[in-house]
Amino acid sequence: MALLEARRISKQFGGLAALHDLDLDIEKGMIASLIGPNGAGKTTFFNMVSGIYKPTSGQVLLEGKEIGGLRPNRATAMGLGRTFQNIRLFSNMTALENVLVGMNCRLKSTWYGALLRSRSVMQEEAKARERAQELLAFVGLGGKGETLAKNLPYGLQRRLEIARALATHPKLMLLDEPTAGMNPQETVDAMALIKRVRDELGITILLIEHDMKVVMGISEYITVLDYGAKIAEGTPEQVRANPKVIEAYLGKGVAAGIRRAKQKVLAGTGSQEDGTI
Amino acid sequence: MAHMWHSLTGPWRALPARQRQILIWTFSIVLLLIFPLVDKMFKWGIVNDVTDVLVLVILALGLNIVVGYAGLLDLGYAAFFAIGAYTTGILTWPAHHLEWNFWIVIWGAVIVAALCGIVIGTPTLRLRGDYLAIVTLAFGEIVPVVIRNLGSVTIGVGPWRLLSDFNLTNGVQGLNPVGRPSIWGFKFSFDPTPWYYLILMIVALVIFANARLQDSRLGRAWMALREDETAADCMGVDPIRTKLLAFALGASFSGFAGAFYAAKLQAIFPELFKFNLSIMILCMVILGGMGNIKGVVIGGMLLQLFDRVILTQTTVFARSVGQALHISPLATIDLSLWRWFFFGLTMVVVMVLKPEGLFPSAARRAELHAAEEETPQPTERG
Repeated sequence: MALLEARRISKQFGGLAALHDLDLDIEKGMIASLIGPNGAGKTTFFNMVSGIYKPTSGQVLLEGKEIGGLRPNRATAMGLGRTFQNIRLFSNMTALENVLVGMNCRLKSTWYGALLRSRSVMQEEAKARERAQELLAFVGLGGKGETLAKNLPYGLQRRLEIARALATHPKLMLLDEPTAGMNPQETVDAMALIKRVRDELGITILLIEHDMKVVMGISEYITVLDYGAKIAEGTPEQVRANPKVIEAYLGKGVAAGIRRAKQKVLAGTGSQEDGTI
Repeated sequence: MAHMWHSLTGPWRALPARQRQILIWTFSIVLLLIFPLVDKMFKWGIVNDVTDVLVLVILALGLNIVVGYAGLLDLGYAAFFAIGAYTTGILTWPAHHLEWNFWIVIWGAVIVAALCGIVIGTPTLRLRGDYLAIVTLAFGEIVPVVIRNLGSVTIGVGPWRLLSDFNLTNGVQGLNPVGRPSIWGFKFSFDPTPWYYLILMIVALVIFANARLQDSRLGRAWMALREDETAADCMGVDPIRTKLLAFALGASFSGFAGAFYAAKLQAIFPELFKFNLSIMILCMVILGGMGNIKGVVIGGMLLQLFDRVILTQTTVFARSVGQALHISPLATIDLSLWRWFFFGLTMVVVMVLKPEGLFPSAARRAELHAAEEETPQPTERG
């Protein structure tokens, strides 16, 4: 049984089918990628798995249990962590507090516990803070716990988002463009961090990424989406060689247009009846 | 001048921060405890006013949980105050023949107010921002109207009458008298001093609860929701449950205030709990600094001091000037009629000059001065 199984899930936005009958399996312990041109439905898929959208039809199973249609916080409690394409930290809280919020659903103290501060509540709180410091150190934010999230440099904000997602104690982590906007060095560091999350913490990873160096560099399995449907999947080598993938990325029209233009130049007409190029 | 000030405060600043804090706290507590004696000594006669101000401070602290911590704009908070006061009134009004003990009733008021918070919150907290503000505004208007009309309750199905013309709230006239507390045979009456000490105890309790809630798992969840509800939801914070707790706990504090106020005033009627009151409490929270306990307490007191002392004193002064100079409009002026004008003006000035309030929490200060230290954001991609 795969860790995450999507069974024929579809999402309609009015008349637009953002995803259509998608089947996807993510095996436990894998680093998998979801790629495709803009608007292919990648983020829509993430939002359905994490509970922000409800699938129009189909099932999403995490360890065999249905999570499609659950509210996001329920999906998180079931073991699903995620980051966002545009960083969504709690910007006016400190780095440490951000991580502690991630632990929220793993802590048990109640409102009256907060008022009474019994010994067990204080112990839990101390343990949570300790764990949060460990997670910050793990992603390379050791000693930055008291900095407000918004005052961290961009690359560290991305890392903090990963630490916060790790704090939810996930089985599967969804990373939405984890290296977007990073310079080459930051990208390399981020790749190393993602590998460590899987290798040292044993968390399965599914990521969306546009940077092919990252995708080919760390993924063990790649799924390609185009127009809301799966057009290819397999190892990086298999996907790279797949003509459908090349077509989806470069476009049938563009390729054909280049051919036509060459023919016109050879014929010497020079007229431009279509603006393909 | 600046130099003199500097040398005067020198020894103070030389103290470690921790000791300074302890000194400030001890000083404030002693001051508050001996205040009625000082008042008697100098014949100020303002203990009663200060007690009323502290009732409003409790309300501001309760609203601070809803608005300051959880970021839910509640424009009808006075409704919960009304519910607390009326719970007390109904359970102690002699005509109802209940006349429960005040010390039990005050907890009853807290529970009823909290339950009402849950009842109003359950269907509405799915709404965000402006929509919630509108619903709470409506709730604040509905409650006094309902109270006015509960002077004659008839419940029945067909010919069956469970209740017929039952007078629950005594309509527009309101409930009078309301049961007073007594402790070890000592009855609270018209002397404001015992009331002052009672409200001081309640204020201490509410501040304590506020502080502990803020620095807890729940407090962090509230702040996370305020910052980004979707992200908080994805990190495992249940938005509905967490917001409901903010509403219920915020409302429960107004239950304390309501019970105390009803018992002290001895008469409650629907007119006391109008929209103006909700706005006044909100002003106290905003002026002092949302999300900061010290700010809310001091800001609330400043606003009330301005309203009750400065406005009346200025009126007296303006009148004497008017009489001396024979300017008849000035000689008959009553500045306290202008209070809402001055409140509005104060709010505008505060929002322009110091939008985070006079004593902001660290987070608010950071939030509202973001432009000065913007982190570079990358261009967005598909």
